[in-house]
Amino acid sequence: MLSETILEMKDISKSFPGVKALDNVGFKLRKGEIHALMGENGAGKSTLIKVITGVYEKDSGFITLQGEPIHFKTPKEAQNKGIGTVYQEIMLCPNLTVAENMFIGRSHTPIVNWKQMNEKAAQLLKSLGIPASPIQELASCSLAVQQMIAIARAVDMDCKILILDEPTSSLDEDEVHKLFDLMRELKTRGVGIIFITHFLKQVYEISDRITVLRNGKFVGEYETSSFPQIELISKMLGNELEDITKIKKYEPIVSDTTIPVYEGIGLSSAAGVKPFDFSIQKGEVNGFAGLLGSGRSESVRAIFAADKVTGGGVRMKGKRVKIKTPLQAIRQGIGYLPEDRKDDGIIYDLSVRDNIILTLQVLKGFFKPFSLKQAEAFAKEYIEKLNIKTPTSNTPIKSLSGGNQQKVILARWLLTNPEYLILDEPTRGIDVGTKVEIQKLVIKLANNGMSLTFISSEIDEMLRTCSRLIVMKDREIVAELRGTELTEHDVMNVIAQGGKTI
Amino acid sequence: MTTVNVIKPKARLSNSNILFLIAAVIFVLMYIFAIITFPASFMQFQTFFDLFNLNAPLIIMTLGLSIVMIGGGIDISVGSVCGLVTMACAVYLEHKMGSIGGAILIALGIGIVFGILQGYLIAYLEIQPFIITLSGLFLAQGLLTTLHKDPINVTMPAFVNLRDFDIVIAWLGAKNRLGVFIPCEIKPGTIIVVILLVILASLMKWSRFGRNVYAVGGNSNSAMMLGINVKRTVFITYVMSGLTAGIAGFVYIMTTGAGNVGNASGAEMKAIASAIIGGTLLNGGVGNLLGAPIGTLTLLVINELIRAAGVQSNFQAMVSGLMLYFFIVLQSLIMSLRDRTRIRFTLPPWLRLSEKAKSGNHRET
Repeated sequence: MLSETILEMKDISKSFPGVKALDNVGFKLRKGEIHALMGENGAGKSTLIKVITGVYEKDSGFITLQGEPIHFKTPKEAQNKGIGTVYQEIMLCPNLTVAENMFIGRSHTPIVNWKQMNEKAAQLLKSLGIPASPIQELASCSLAVQQMIAIARAVDMDCKILILDEPTSSLDEDEVHKLFDLMRELKTRGVGIIFITHFLKQVYEISDRITVLRNGKFVGEYETSSFPQIELISKMLGNELEDITKIKKYEPIVSDTTIPVYEGIGLSSAAGVKPFDFSIQKGEVNGFAGLLGSGRSESVRAIFAADKVTGGGVRMKGKRVKIKTPLQAIRQGIGYLPEDRKDDGIIYDLSVRDNIILTLQVLKGFFKPFSLKQAEAFAKEYIEKLNIKTPTSNTPIKSLSGGNQQKVILARWLLTNPEYLILDEPTRGIDVGTKVEIQKLVIKLANNGMSLTFISSEIDEMLRTCSRLIVMKDREIVAELRGTELTEHDVMNVIAQGGKTI
Repeated sequence: MTTVNVIKPKARLSNSNILFLIAAVIFVLMYIFAIITFPASFMQFQTFFDLFNLNAPLIIMTLGLSIVMIGGGIDISVGSVCGLVTMACAVYLEHKMGSIGGAILIALGIGIVFGILQGYLIAYLEIQPFIITLSGLFLAQGLLTTLHKDPINVTMPAFVNLRDFDIVIAWLGAKNRLGVFIPCEIKPGTIIVVILLVILASLMKWSRFGRNVYAVGGNSNSAMMLGINVKRTVFITYVMSGLTAGIAGFVYIMTTGAGNVGNASGAEMKAIASAIIGGTLLNGGVGNLLGAPIGTLTLLVINELIRAAGVQSNFQAMVSGLMLYFFIVLQSLIMSLRDRTRIRFTLPPWLRLSEKAKSGNHRET
């Protein structure tokens, strides 16, 4: 009974200069279903969404909404027709109240009736079970609640179709479940939900159907319940599917007499991480595990002096050195790929080439610029080596997909030839193919003698690559696992109990 | 929906309100301090009213500027536009054809034209507001000196009457040294301040436009996605600040009765300072129009205190500067405490080199 189609897209094509983003793509959404839209970065998911919501105009094809042909020119038109979108980055105003965020931009009266607005908001929040008060300032709500408020707004706009574009990427487990509850509630109300995420587990938990796109083309539509995960991955990756299990890690021979490449004693930083000791051998890959907020990022930031270092000493290959600023760390041969590439790593308007040579340029000094030829040679080398998908090396980095941006930053550090490279969540928010590529690269670099610290929220990625895992809880190292202890079960246990000593 | 436990979060004060409250408390404390130190002058109601009477133009400019700043912009042309209006009105009133009604129209007209021009360039052509209003500042100054170089004292009888018009509050006042009771006097400018304050503060709180300004200042990208016409909203904020600058110009000449090249020069900086002290955040989205007069008065009381203390007048500027530092640091401190983030200085969008690059630079370099 719930199989009535509300949105149908046929033969949708959309081109950008030099790229065919969508090539005769079809998509079908039924009433009351949660439909996952899957594909690698650059597969055309975002473009398809933007065509639906009227951000982009399609070049050709047909869209029908409940049997009626539609052609949106602005996001507002789509909104008026009942298509609500909630983006990964919350598109609300933090300085307004919760109620205002739900109703602003929708009223047609010049006067704001606060009382009525707050009452309506309170009702809506209650009916959807959102734990927020209408008169609260939005900034004081957690990210998950803000996300839900954005959804509530869409729901109240009588939306028939709700598009959730990576809504879970900044939420923790608990918050994700709350969001899923809300999605199920909406489903029973007959809303068709398009769900985009990189987390395969979540797709299987919540979705009814999956549509896979690859390289701007429609691959297929499948029932989630009868579609094994391995097949989903292979559909998403196509021929690029690599046998993940082929990744072989390298176990360095460690004895007490070998001098570690990096050794920090009693390091602590202003970001609140408790004093810790840490060392890494040549060619070793290790990782920091722990929940969000456990201090794993803060620890590596302390190593790189990205946060103010408040105590402790550092030895590089046995020699005492002073690392109080990132520049000193770089000079000592430490590289750091930050967790949040958007804020910490990328200079958006610069070209791929300039982003790649940036750190090397800093080391060389700004008054001795590289010649264009030299820079181009560097850029070319790494674009090839890391398989960065960019039209030219002169393309601004902001027009690249997330995974490729990540590779550019990686290239930037590889170019400086560090002895010790820290990768903080390099695989977050990027597609499966690139994730595999990056993991393989980590192993390859280690085989060539580089020491690496690899942090990932997905423990199996670390298990695949790291020979040693440092487990953190409450900003403290609680355990160090190696060898046979490195199973997902053990790591989870230690994180949960946090007590086992080394 | 069983797993969601409905918690009732305490509604905390909004950032706009907390900054306003801090400004108000600081002002009250300062005024009490002034009364204690110089009871002879600050105990008198007239001193308080004179703060309004003599500085009505500055307060009016601050009101308009606050709206722009809440919307995330800046307008540094207000002082020059105000000065231009005084001269234009003086020249016009001294002309045979001059009339007060015409002068009001000229004042409003000049303000609106500047507002529309700058608003269009900033909102629709998306040019940095700082640069555009800096150009506006020079343009207005140039027009002012082109119009007339020498001071003009307006002698038109009707206008002189208006200039000298006072509203006397018979029941409030003080005896002077000779024992004669002098009632308090309020200038029409003060009335205009109050009326504008009520209108504009209500507009920002209860009108769709006002809330849109807050939304745009908070996050213009989100505001657009929420269905707000961002460009039109920004445009109107500049028209409003142009308009208030025009009104301020008329109130200025109504108070002093003369057109002068130096009229209201530097007032834009005082207005920016007043808006910030009054709790308007430089990076937009936060502010309360009631804070505008409070900010202005705080600045003025400090200057009055310095003058009363008999210190050289250049100290006034220095102290104003130091106070501005103090307030900006204080605001950043409060904001970061409330957001529980590391302390960083709030910079307005028009001062940032690049939104994205702002924190990217220092770690690599």
